[in-house]
Amino acid sequence: MSTTTKKTYWKGLAQLKNDPSYVKHADKEFVDMGAQEDPNHSRRDFLKMMGFSVAAASLAACEAPIRKAIPYVVKPMDADAGIPNYYASTYVNGGDYCSVVVKVRDGRPIKLDGNALSSVTKGGTSAQVEASVLSLYDNFRLRGPKVADKAVDWETLDKEVIAKLEDISTKGGQIRIVSNTILSPSTKATIEKFKAKYPTTTHIQYDPISYYGLLKANEESFGTAMIPSYDFSKAKVIVSIAADFLGTWLSPIEFTKGYAKTREISEDKREMSRHFQFESNLSLTGANADYRGLMKPSQEAAVLTQIYNIVAGKSAADAGVAHVEKAAKELLENKGASLIVSGSNDKEVQVLVNEINSLLGNYGVTILTSLPINFRQGNDEAMNAFVEDAKAGKISGVIFYNCNPVYDHPKGTELAGALKNATLAVSTSYTPDETASASGYMAPDHHYLESWNDFEPKPNHYSLSQPAITPIFKTRQAQESFLVWAGEKEVEYYSIVSQNWKDWFFAKQTTVLDFQSFWDKCLYEGVYELPSEPKELTFASHADDALTHVGAGAKSSGYELVIYESYGIGNGNQANNPLLQELPDPITKATWDHYATISQKDAKSLELDSDAEGNTKLLNITVGGKSMKLPALIQPGQAPGTVGVALGYGRDKAGVVAAGIGLNVYPWVSTANGSLNYTISTGVTVAKTTEDFQLAQTQIHQTYMGRENVIQESVLSEFKHNPGAGRENPQITNWDEKVDASTLSLWKGHEYKNHYWGMSIDLNTCTGCAACVVACNVENNVSMVGKKEVINRREMHWLRIDRYYSSDANPEDYKAAEVASENPEVVFQPMLCQHCNNAPCETVCPVAATTHSTEGLNQMTYNRCIGTRYCANNCPYKVRRFNWFKYHDNQQFYASNPAMNTDLGRMVLNPEVTVRSRGVMEKCSFCVQRIQTGKLTAKKERRPLKDGEVITACQAACSTGAIVFGDMNNPESNISKLLKIESDPKRPYGIDKKIGNPRAYRVLEEIGVKPNIFYLTKIRNKDEKKEHA
Amino acid sequence: MMKDRLSDLVKSLTLVLFITLSFASFAQEIPTDAAAISAGEALFNGNCKSCHRVKQKLVGPALAGVEGRVPSVAWILDWVKNPAKKIATGDEYANKIYNEYNKSQMTAFTAYKDAQILSILAYVKAEAAKPDVAAVPTGSGDVAGGGNAGIPSSYLNAIVGGMILILVLMVVILGLIVSALKKFLNQKELSEDDNQIVNSPYTFSTVTKSSGFIFVVIFIIAAVGFKTTIDGLYSIGVQQDYQPKQPIAFSHKLHAGAYEINCKYCHTGVLKGKQANIPSPNICMNCHTQIKQESPEIQKIYAAIGYDVKTASYSGKQKPIEWVRIHNLPDLAYFNHAQHVNVGAIECQTCHGPIQEMEVVKQYSLLTMGWCIDCHRKTEVNTKDNAYYDKLNELHASAKKSKMKVEDIGGLECAKCHY
Repeated sequence: MSTTTKKTYWKGLAQLKNDPSYVKHADKEFVDMGAQEDPNHSRRDFLKMMGFSVAAASLAACEAPIRKAIPYVVKPMDADAGIPNYYASTYVNGGDYCSVVVKVRDGRPIKLDGNALSSVTKGGTSAQVEASVLSLYDNFRLRGPKVADKAVDWETLDKEVIAKLEDISTKGGQIRIVSNTILSPSTKATIEKFKAKYPTTTHIQYDPISYYGLLKANEESFGTAMIPSYDFSKAKVIVSIAADFLGTWLSPIEFTKGYAKTREISEDKREMSRHFQFESNLSLTGANADYRGLMKPSQEAAVLTQIYNIVAGKSAADAGVAHVEKAAKELLENKGASLIVSGSNDKEVQVLVNEINSLLGNYGVTILTSLPINFRQGNDEAMNAFVEDAKAGKISGVIFYNCNPVYDHPKGTELAGALKNATLAVSTSYTPDETASASGYMAPDHHYLESWNDFEPKPNHYSLSQPAITPIFKTRQAQESFLVWAGEKEVEYYSIVSQNWKDWFFAKQTTVLDFQSFWDKCLYEGVYELPSEPKELTFASHADDALTHVGAGAKSSGYELVIYESYGIGNGNQANNPLLQELPDPITKATWDHYATISQKDAKSLELDSDAEGNTKLLNITVGGKSMKLPALIQPGQAPGTVGVALGYGRDKAGVVAAGIGLNVYPWVSTANGSLNYTISTGVTVAKTTEDFQLAQTQIHQTYMGRENVIQESVLSEFKHNPGAGRENPQITNWDEKVDASTLSLWKGHEYKNHYWGMSIDLNTCTGCAACVVACNVENNVSMVGKKEVINRREMHWLRIDRYYSSDANPEDYKAAEVASENPEVVFQPMLCQHCNNAPCETVCPVAATTHSTEGLNQMTYNRCIGTRYCANNCPYKVRRFNWFKYHDNQQFYASNPAMNTDLGRMVLNPEVTVRSRGVMEKCSFCVQRIQTGKLTAKKERRPLKDGEVITACQAACSTGAIVFGDMNNPESNISKLLKIESDPKRPYGIDKKIGNPRAYRVLEEIGVKPNIFYLTKIRNKDEKKEHA
Repeated sequence: MMKDRLSDLVKSLTLVLFITLSFASFAQEIPTDAAAISAGEALFNGNCKSCHRVKQKLVGPALAGVEGRVPSVAWILDWVKNPAKKIATGDEYANKIYNEYNKSQMTAFTAYKDAQILSILAYVKAEAAKPDVAAVPTGSGDVAGGGNAGIPSSYLNAIVGGMILILVLMVVILGLIVSALKKFLNQKELSEDDNQIVNSPYTFSTVTKSSGFIFVVIFIIAAVGFKTTIDGLYSIGVQQDYQPKQPIAFSHKLHAGAYEINCKYCHTGVLKGKQANIPSPNICMNCHTQIKQESPEIQKIYAAIGYDVKTASYSGKQKPIEWVRIHNLPDLAYFNHAQHVNVGAIECQTCHGPIQEMEVVKQYSLLTMGWCIDCHRKTEVNTKDNAYYDKLNELHASAKKSKMKVEDIGGLECAKCHY
C-alpha cells in the first residue's frame, strides 16, 4: 500500500473517549430501557384481551364497510385519477428561492423536485425546499380571515381595513408595508399601486438573517448596493471566512452545484479545488473543507488583514489561526481562479473581502457584478427606524406582508408592544404566527403552492409560480388584498401577472408570435431567461479605510457567541414542519432540539460531560443582560472559547410541532456598523447549571464495530498518480493463498435477465446536505416519530447520512486522538439499504417477508412481515427500521407525525406507497414504485426502458449528482459508464460484474454480502505531508 | 388551468350524417378492399359507435346507405371534419339533419384524413350489405377465471353417485356375510356366553353406544367444523358476488351489451393508468342530452351536472355522484389497469366477468392473492410488437421451450404488487 497511515474514525466523542455508557451500548442497536412491562397490565391480561379482540375483530370483519367512489362531475382534460401531473413552479420563503417541479396526484401536491431548466438553481433542491410541501398541509394554517381573533368573511375585513386606511390617509398618518425580501416584480408593482392610493405608505424590506453589511460594502466598492453572483465552479482555491455557503449562506443550492463541480474527480480529471475554511462553529461547509482553521469571531479581522497583506505583497502579522498563510499564498498563486467569501454582516469586513477579491482579479470570473442576485434586499437601518417610529407612535397603519418580525427581529417584543398603539395592523401570514397574533387583522395569503406569482432572482432570469392545488382554505392572495384595499374592484392577480409578462417580456421578443403560446411555454418551463450583458461594475478601492476600520471592533473578553442559522429549521419560518425538526443536523446529528455547541476544552473547564445517550446539562448563557438556558452539546471542531447557538427555535406560535422546542435567540442579535451582527465577542458569560437535559441525537447509533474500511479515502496528491489510492481490498486466505474477499461465495449468485438496479454514491461530491433524506421521507411516507422515540433509537429514516470524524492520529495514541478531535476531519456517508445480492436479512426471515427480486432488489413485503426483527438483527448496515408503534391515526404521534394523523396532513402522502402499520419492518425499496412506473411507461410505448427514466427520490434531490442510480445491465447507462462495468462474457447477466472504476468500493466487502450500492472514495485536496491542526 | 370546458372533454366520437339525395357515381370512391374495411371497423368501433350504428338509429342516424343519401362523398368528408362549419355555411342538407336531430351537433373530427373517413364508409357499406342476424348481444372476449374453475359439477355428481352405489353394495355384501357366519356358528356347539354374543340383537342403543360409532361421529363433526372455520377465515375480506345498489340504476347490459359501446369510451383511464375511472357525468351527457331525457335515472345525472333539459343549458351547480365501490383491493396491494389492459391486452371480461350481461354490476372474481397468482402462472406475456420484451423473449427462447409466462419474468415477486 501507499504511504497512507491508518486513520481512526469515530462517530462521536463518546466513542473516542471510550465512554462507559458508549461501551455498554455499543453493540446494541437500541438502548436498553429496562423492564418495559407495566405492573398494572400483566402479560396474562394482555393474552386475555388479545383473545377477546381476535374474536371481536373476526366478527366485525364479516361486514365490509361500504366504500364510495366519487368521480369528477366534469373531468378536466388533463386530470386522470392515479396519474400524476407535473407543474413547474417556484419555491420562495422570504428571499430563499428555488425553481421547482411540483408532482400533483389527484389534485394534491405530494412531492417537489428541482427544475433543471432554471439556470439559477439548475435542478437542485435543499432539505427545506423538499420539506415545504408538508407546510401546505399544516394543520395550524389559518382557515380564513380574522379580525381581533374572530373569524370573519373577507367583505367585513376589507370594509374595516379600507375604512381605517382611508381614515389614516386623510389625517396624513404614516403607513408601512413590512416584508422580507421580495423577489417578485409583479408584487412590487402591486405595492406601488397601493402606495399610489395611500401616498404616506413606505415599503420596508428586512431579512431575518441580514446581509445588509454585504450590500453596504458593495455600495462602497461599486457604488451600487447589490450582491454579486458567485460562481464557485470556476474557483480553484476557495477561502471561506465563516460563510456556510453550502448550508445556509445566501444561495446554498446554487453554490452547492458550483462547488460540487470543482470537487468532481475521476481517472480522467485528476484536479479539484482546494477549500479553506476559517470558522468557530463546525458548519456543513467547514465539514467539507480540505483545511479548516479554528477562528474566534474576534480574530476575523486579523485573519482577513493577514490574507490581505500577503495577497497585496506586504508584510503580514500572523493572526494566530492555522492555515491562514497557506490559504493566502494559494489564493495568490491562483489569481483569477480563486474566491474568498465571508459570512460576516459587518460592512468593513466585507469591504476588505472585496479588496482581496479585487487584488486577486476574481471579479468578472468567479464573482459577477454584472449579474447581481436579488435574494437579500433587506435594509437593517430602515427596519430599525420603523421599529423606533412605531414605538414613538409615529406609525398609524402597518401591513406585514408574509413576514414575522415580532419573532425574527431583535426588537420583536418592542414591536409587538408598539403595535397595540397603531390604528391598523394587518398580517398576511398564512399561519397565526407571532406577528399575526400581535396584529388585529389577519388576512391570510395562499401558500406558495396555491399562488400565482413571478420572480426575478437575478436580472433577466425570471420564473413563475402557479397554483398546484385549489386553495384549501378561504385564504386570498396577498397581492389581491393589497389591490382591494387600494380600492380596486374585481382584481385577479393571475391576470395582473400575465398582463405584466405580456408588457414586459412578450412585447420585447420576436420568436413566439402569440401571447398565449408564449405564456404557456413560460408556464410549462417555469422560467424565462434572457441573455444577460456581461457588463461588470467598476471597483473602487477603499483598502486603507477598510484596514483601519476593520480592526477597530475586534475586542474579546471571555466567551464569544456565534449565532447561526440552523441548517434544517432555517430562520424559523418552517419550524412547524416535522420533516425538518426530525432531520438530524448534518453535524451534531441532533433532532427536535435547540442547544449550545461548545468545545471539548471549554467543556472540561466547565466540568461538563455528556454521554452517548445525549445526557447533558443546561448552560446558562447571558448576553448583554439577557439570560437563556440551553443544553450543552460538546462539539468537536468548535473553536475553544466560543459558543454556537442556532436561530429559528423558540417559536411559541408556530403550531403544535414546534411548540416548546428551544428558545428564541433573535433578541441576542446586536447591531454593529448599522447592520445586524450575529457574533458577540464581549459580555458573554456561560455558566453550568445542575439541570439535566437529554438531547435526541442519532449520532452514536448503529456503530460499525471498528470495521474500518467503511470509509475509504485518500488525498489528491496520491490520487494523481494512483486513482485507486485509499482503496482497501480485503483479502481472505483460501486454503493456501490470499484472494479478494469478494471472489469467494457459498452462493451460486443471481442472474438478472431484465434489469439490474444499482447505485453509486460519490463521497467526494456528497456535501452531507441531507436533501435526499427529506426527499426520501416525503416520497416513501416515512413516519416521523418525535423526540422521545429518537432517544429510544427508533427513528424511521430509510436513508441516513452517517457523519464520521477522523484524524490521522495513531488509533492507540489516545492523547494524539484527543488533540486531533479538537478539529477533526469530517466525512459524510449516505447509508441506505445496500440491496445485497447475498442478503443476510433474506435468509433469516421465517416467513419470507423479505425476498430477492429478479432485478436485484431486496424486497420488503409489509403484509407478510410478522415482526420478528431477525432481519434487522442480521443486517450488517443497520438500515432496517421497525414500526414500534402505529404511527398513523394515533393521537400519541399527532404532534410529531401530522402527515398521518390529520385529514389535512394525509393529503401529502404518496398513494403509491403503503403506510406501514405497527409491528412490521421497513427499509429503502430503491423507490420500487418509481421503477415500476418507469417500466410501465416504456411498456405502454412499446419500447425498451431508457437510462435516466427511472430515478430514485434521493438521486432527484441530490444537487451535486453524487447519487447515480440505474440499470447495470445496460452498458449505455450512466452507472455502467461511471463504474466502468464489464460483464463476464460467460455469465452476461450474472452478478459477478467487473467494476473498472478504481475508486468504487462496497462497504464491508469482506463479509461477502455483495451489495448493489457502490461508494466512490473520498479524496481530500491536501498536501502529501499531512498536517495537524 | 383546470377550466372545465365540456366541449373539450370529448375529443372522440360521433360520426353523423344524414342525407337525402343520392349520387351513385361518387360511391365508387369508397374503397372495397379488406384492409380498408378492417381499418374502418377499428375506427368505427373506437369513435363512431357510441352514437351511430350501421342499421339502427341511435343518437345519430343509422349509417347504412349513407353514401346514397348525402349530396356527395366529398360532402361527408367536409361534414365529418367540421359539422359546425358545414351548418354555418347554410348547407341545405346539413341544416336539415341538424334540425331533425334536435339541433345536437356531431363532434368534429378535424384530425381525420380523407382515407380514414373513406375506410369507415367502406366498413359501413360492407356491414350494410350483410344479411340481418338476430340481434343477440354477445360479449367480446373469452370469459374465464372466477368461481367456475375446476372440474365440472356433473362429473362430481356422477362420481359421488357411483361411490354411494358401491357403498350400498358393500353394506349388502357385508350383511350377507354376517348372516352366513351366524348360520355357520349356530350349527356348531357354542357355550352360553358365545351364543349370547353371536345372537345378540342389533338395537339402536348398542350401535350408538359403540366406541366406533362415537369415534366416527366426533371425527365427522370435527372435520366439518374445521373445514367450515378454515373456509370462513379464508372468506374474510373476500367480497365475491358483492352487488350493492347504486345511486343510479345504470345498466351495463344495455350500454355495453345491447348498444355495444366500447368499455374504453366511458372508462377513459383504463389504457393510461392505475384506475380505469368511473366515468364523470359529462361523458354521459355526450349522448344523454338527447336520449331518454325523461327517464328518472337520467334526471339524476342532470341533477348532478346541473343541466336544464328545457333550456338545454348548464346551471353550473354541480353535485358529485357517490357510487358504491364494488372492487376493493386492500391498500397494501397495487394494481394497475394499464399494465393489464394496455400492455397485457387482457379483456375486461377476464376479471370482470360477463359485464355486458349484468344489469347491476357485481364483483365477479375472487380478487384474492391466490387468484392473481394463479393467473400470473397461467398467462403468457403479450410480447407482440412490444420492443420492451425483445431481450427477455430472446433470452427465454434460448433457455426454455415453453412460452414465456408472467411468472417467468418475475410476475410472482412480492414487490411487483406490494410496496
